[in-house]
Amino acid sequence: MIETHDLSKQFNNDFWAVDGVSLTIKPGQILALLGQNGAGKTTTVRMLTALLYPTRGWARVNGYDVATQGARVRASIGVLTEQHGLYMRMSGIEYLDFFGELYGVDGDTHHAERKRLIEYFGLAEAAHRRIGEYSKGMKQKLALARALIHNPPVLLLDEPTSAMDPESARLVRDQIASLKSSQRTIIICTHNLAEAEALADVVAVIYRGRILVSGTLDELKDSVLGPSEYEVKLSQNWDASGLVLPEDVILSDQVPDRMRFRVKDPLVGNPKLIHQLSANGAPIVSVSESPRTLEQVYLKVMADAQAARPQPEVR
Amino acid sequence: MKESLRPVWLLARRELRDQLRDWRILTPLLILTLGFPFLMNAVAHEAVSFANQYGGNLIVDRLVPFSVLVIGFFPLTISLLGALESFVGEKERGTIEPLLGTPLADWQLYLGKLIVGIVPPLVSSLLSICIYLLIVQRQDINMPDAAVFAQLFMLTAAHAVLMVSGAIVFSIQSTSVRAANLMASFIIIPVAILMQGETALLFWGNNQVLWLAVVAVLIMAGLIIRLGLAHFQREYLLGREIDVLNIRWMARTFWRYFKGDARSFFGWYRYSVGATLRKLRMPILLLVVLAVAGGSIAYSWSLENLQTYMDAYKPEQLDEIQKQLIHTDGISGIANQLTVSYLFLHNVQSTLLIAFFGMFSFGVLGVILYLFNTSLIGGLMGFVKLIGYAPLPIVLAGIVPHGIFELPALLLSCAAVLHIGLVLVTPQAGRTIGEVLLEALADWARVVLGLVIPLLFIAAIIESQFTPPMLFCAMTSPDAPITTWLACAFDAIK
Repeated sequence: MIETHDLSKQFNNDFWAVDGVSLTIKPGQILALLGQNGAGKTTTVRMLTALLYPTRGWARVNGYDVATQGARVRASIGVLTEQHGLYMRMSGIEYLDFFGELYGVDGDTHHAERKRLIEYFGLAEAAHRRIGEYSKGMKQKLALARALIHNPPVLLLDEPTSAMDPESARLVRDQIASLKSSQRTIIICTHNLAEAEALADVVAVIYRGRILVSGTLDELKDSVLGPSEYEVKLSQNWDASGLVLPEDVILSDQVPDRMRFRVKDPLVGNPKLIHQLSANGAPIVSVSESPRTLEQVYLKVMADAQAARPQPEVR
Repeated sequence: MKESLRPVWLLARRELRDQLRDWRILTPLLILTLGFPFLMNAVAHEAVSFANQYGGNLIVDRLVPFSVLVIGFFPLTISLLGALESFVGEKERGTIEPLLGTPLADWQLYLGKLIVGIVPPLVSSLLSICIYLLIVQRQDINMPDAAVFAQLFMLTAAHAVLMVSGAIVFSIQSTSVRAANLMASFIIIPVAILMQGETALLFWGNNQVLWLAVVAVLIMAGLIIRLGLAHFQREYLLGREIDVLNIRWMARTFWRYFKGDARSFFGWYRYSVGATLRKLRMPILLLVVLAVAGGSIAYSWSLENLQTYMDAYKPEQLDEIQKQLIHTDGISGIANQLTVSYLFLHNVQSTLLIAFFGMFSFGVLGVILYLFNTSLIGGLMGFVKLIGYAPLPIVLAGIVPHGIFELPALLLSCAAVLHIGLVLVTPQAGRTIGEVLLEALADWARVVLGLVIPLLFIAAIIESQFTPPMLFCAMTSPDAPITTWLACAFDAIK
């Protein structure tokens, strides 16, 4: 479990890198933390890892306070950092052994977990080779294995698949999904919105240190993009001027062979809409929901945020 | 304990392996370890024969301890490579964050790095010394006794700890390996100077003094380790600051601390200087105790030991010294030399020297200089007693009049310097070492400008104008009451 309240961090007495972040992520939940570079994602993660002291507010990770119980917090967390932090002269096995021992993992448990992770991530062949010889993707997989080696209840993953080929990325996503089902609390910082959409239960968008929006995907789509949109495809041009729409249904767009409607409550509104269209002789071919992606949500949120903020002049 | 030391060993073992896999560290270590003893042996022989060509009377045997010291030092310089980049190198390579993210305590991380910084060069140094001693033994050269070897081995180890602990402090506080390497001269040059002092002790000192040097170097290393630990901040190691000398920030911060909350000159005296004095309570107390102890020991020592030296003088020679001391021309002659400006500038110079040496030694050298002064008073009193005067009148007439201003000034300036050392080795959560140092310097400046300089000025006036006639009056009529001396001194001034 991760809980934060008004979590804030100021640097150099003037710059708030994180400002008033309040979040709750339950065991078995994945939070995708989205935002531009420099928005405050890494600073938030570092505060949750007890590497940075909050200037204001508090955070508890796995029940431990990040400001006063740093060692316990760090023992509860597996972190995949922005830079993978691998020692190039070590072999993959040596590297995992080193961190396993630093986390105090018992010998037999460690060996079993190390074997499992190396095999799962397809690193068995390279396990005894120097890390310096690994490809970018292999390095990322090894860093992820390091984050998991002590079986932590909380995972903070920064761009977990950024350098991977599609196959490896899929492997990592599956691993994250299985971790979620074993009741771990996970935060993913990513720019890969499709990945976030596929994995996350909760999404938060951070901009200049502040959380702009947060919630489940459906909640965000509704709150940011408005009611769902449905597209009615027609077999021929049709004049909709005489059409009387049901309550809570709005015609949002019309081209000769198709129309788009916003429907506040699809369960009630859609049957009424289709009935009305049919009654008015509309040559309906298909009715489908317009796809609404996390990318649309994110871009809309960011566009609104940037529009609200006066742009500084270049001198 | 064993459990908490295990991660330290893990950390050190990993880095040791890493270093032993790096030919750039191994090559110079091997060359220095295996080649330098032979080179040193040859150079020693050449130097001796060169000096003897021109009438020198040197023998190689005398150079053995010196050569051991030098041979031990060179591989240690390699230790700086590893130690200087211990933290900042990991930061640059991006490996520091996973390491800081482990449950290790700060001291475990620090100790692991310290061990790995010390062990390879120290092993190399000791191995190199052993090779040299084997070479020397085959040449039928007389070896120094075991105590000297013990001192040399201890000194080499102490140098290793001193250099590595200093380098790790630079590594923690630097933002790039380049910046840390640029700071290496701040370690090599002082240690090289220290070695020259130790060489002088080797040639001309005695064993006891050399042991003191070993202890002093170890104390210094201990203080530097404490400094490093006190200011070890995971947060700072993750910072993105770049190395820019921000003079404006420094000046602003210093002024902010120097000024305090004061809004007027009198307010500054009342609140800011007052606040600093409250901070200095402990150092002042410590220094008063040390001064009393030092003065008393010096007084007893001179009573017990100076007599032997004085016995070398004939009674008539001592009488002559006594006469010279109280001769009117002698006193007035001294008084003519002791002008206000001379005394004032001399004392200001002493204050600055105490500050200068104290700042580079966590206040320790400053305290030693201070103790030298206070012990001198005790020693002088003992000497005065030995030549037949009661010390009390001399103290009352020759020291107290200006001393009531000068001694507190000396005490305050030394306490402020000691305070700098103390705050540097005390953990200061959330503050950088630069900020802590600037605050301590501002405290020092408050005390020196607000109190020490005015007190020294008053003391200089009294010491120049009033103390000589007062002392003369006290020495000519030591049994008279103080009021008589005062009247006598005022008459002399008129």
